[in-house]
Amino acid sequence: MSHCWGMAVDLDRCTGCGACVIACQAENNVPTVGEEAAQKSRTMHWIRIERYYEGEFPNPRVRFRPVLCQQCDNAPCEPVCPTYASYHTSEGLNGQVYNRCIGTRYCANACPYTVRTFNFFNPVWDKPLHLQLNPEVSVRQIGVMEKCTFCIQRIKASEIQAKAENRALREGEPVPACVQSCPPKALVFGDLNDPDSEVSRLARSPRGAKLLSELGTQPKITYLQRDSWDGPNS
Amino acid sequence: MAQTAEQIQRDLLRPVLDPSRRAKPVIAGLALLVLAGFSAWMYQMYTGIGVAGIRRPVFWGFYITNFVFWIGISHAGTLISAILRLSNATWRRPITRCAEVITVFALLIGAMFPLIHLGRPWLAFWLAPYPNQRGLWPNYRSPLLWDFFAINTYLIGSLIFLLLPLIPDCALLRDNVTGWRNKLYSLLSLGWRGTQKQWHRLEAAMHIMAILIIPVAVSVHTIVSWDFAMTPVPMWHSTIFAPYFVAGAIFSGIAALIIAMVFLRSSLHLEEYLRPECFDNLGKLLLVMSLLWFYFLFAERLTTWYGNARPEIAVFWLTQRGPYRHLFWVMVGCNFVLPFPLLAIKKLRTIAGTFLASVAVVIGMWIERYLIIVPSLSHKFLPYAWGTYRPTWVEITITAATFCGMALLYLLFSEVVPVVSIWELKAGLREPVR
Repeated sequence: MSHCWGMAVDLDRCTGCGACVIACQAENNVPTVGEEAAQKSRTMHWIRIERYYEGEFPNPRVRFRPVLCQQCDNAPCEPVCPTYASYHTSEGLNGQVYNRCIGTRYCANACPYTVRTFNFFNPVWDKPLHLQLNPEVSVRQIGVMEKCTFCIQRIKASEIQAKAENRALREGEPVPACVQSCPPKALVFGDLNDPDSEVSRLARSPRGAKLLSELGTQPKITYLQRDSWDGPNS
Repeated sequence: MAQTAEQIQRDLLRPVLDPSRRAKPVIAGLALLVLAGFSAWMYQMYTGIGVAGIRRPVFWGFYITNFVFWIGISHAGTLISAILRLSNATWRRPITRCAEVITVFALLIGAMFPLIHLGRPWLAFWLAPYPNQRGLWPNYRSPLLWDFFAINTYLIGSLIFLLLPLIPDCALLRDNVTGWRNKLYSLLSLGWRGTQKQWHRLEAAMHIMAILIIPVAVSVHTIVSWDFAMTPVPMWHSTIFAPYFVAGAIFSGIAALIIAMVFLRSSLHLEEYLRPECFDNLGKLLLVMSLLWFYFLFAERLTTWYGNARPEIAVFWLTQRGPYRHLFWVMVGCNFVLPFPLLAIKKLRTIAGTFLASVAVVIGMWIERYLIIVPSLSHKFLPYAWGTYRPTWVEITITAATFCGMALLYLLFSEVVPVVSIWELKAGLREPVR
């Protein structure tokens, strides 16, 4: 049976610590852009923690929402790419082929979640980060778009390992860097085609909702939260 | 006003045949500014697209604004000239060629911008469908690919549309010059001898092209609008965009034509050919388009406001009351408030009046393109990812250079071939003035 990778994000557990952001940056060779570019909002993070504030003193409240590529089934980024750099893989992921990308940036405009990041310059890593590049992940060139891949290198490695051992993938395998590093276990990753997996169970939870579901993008990430949130575009 | 054929020929060939009249300092100045723009582009190519002001989430800025603007300007020519030719309006005769040239040059300039804006412009040829080692066709579902084909079709079509009526005039020039210029005009005149059969075929070909080019022109700006309308971006995802863009394109195109004609009239002393009636008639056309533009703007704004959808209304108030409000009201002023009285009141619809209105419209339409692109992108769905945009000197230099480039190309063209069609004016002598 083929896989359909999905994720559940438990907002009731998320503390907004940012460990997922750092883990992703390290795992996927995401460049650091420096202070000046960061001020121009040219950061390259594949996952970000959105902070929203609600309520008035004395009862203010902060809401955290980790946002990464939603791996939509009906992705607006895919049809607009003239060179098939953005395409749908057989496992339902939104693939991004860096070598095909010519940098029209159309996909990033079309993405309602604004999760795509663009290499405005050739990537640099502040020392000593350049010594810890992940050999499993290609480094992207200037002028190409990139985004969360659900750690495709880890997915492939697990699949190859399982095949070598002549067995099916086990629950909790593969695990993307963000999920692995989340201290309160707010992020859960797994196969949505397996109805017994934890992520499938959470996706069916009454607490679950999709981000911007009204757009019909059919994301594969479910956000879980107990109380209703009357925040912006909730 | 009774001109003779000899007079027409003498007056209109003068700018081409008399090199002492050339505006060398102007040409040199414009060429320098174009060179500055080219250098800025090379700098961007060498350093990276990051030297432009685009950022997350505003991934399209000045370059795409210019792209839409120049493709819009290109609608001057072909469409106006084709419609006037088909409706057989007498006053078209002196202006058709001025208009057709604008189309070709504006398209060339407009088509450069998608290349300038690419992250990896050296791979732009991957848009073309050809058998390649990647084993991959381009994605025909992408509006950018539709653009690629639409613009190329329009460019080829408008080139033919420009060159066909040039044939008899080039033959005339061929017979009046020697040396390399004789060779050039011989090539352009395609062995024209002025036989009955040739005239007949030319008229037939021009008639076919005039009919064919109208749907092509309409489809081009429709497709440009779909670059935006096909994506789920607030205020982009709108069915009104296609006619709105086409109307805006014709609007800015007529304005550009009037500006070009005013300059031609004074610099080449064509006062007797580009007569006030031409400006009066074009002014009326511009007035109609101004009203149409305002109608589309009103329809777009009202439905958005009344619909009150959350992401859309955020962009709506951003342009209406937010940081883009100044630009918005300048746009309304330039496109409607100022041109409307200038063009509606007969006393004001003079050459100076239509010129003033046209300059305002060109400025206003550039702002319109900017206001369509940037506010929507800066305020998409998730407020945390909202952002701003500010152009850099690179983008501003390249933008300014394209305007100089347009003027330069136009100037050079007017010195190589007569910008007013000689044979068409001569043919006009035989028909009663309507």
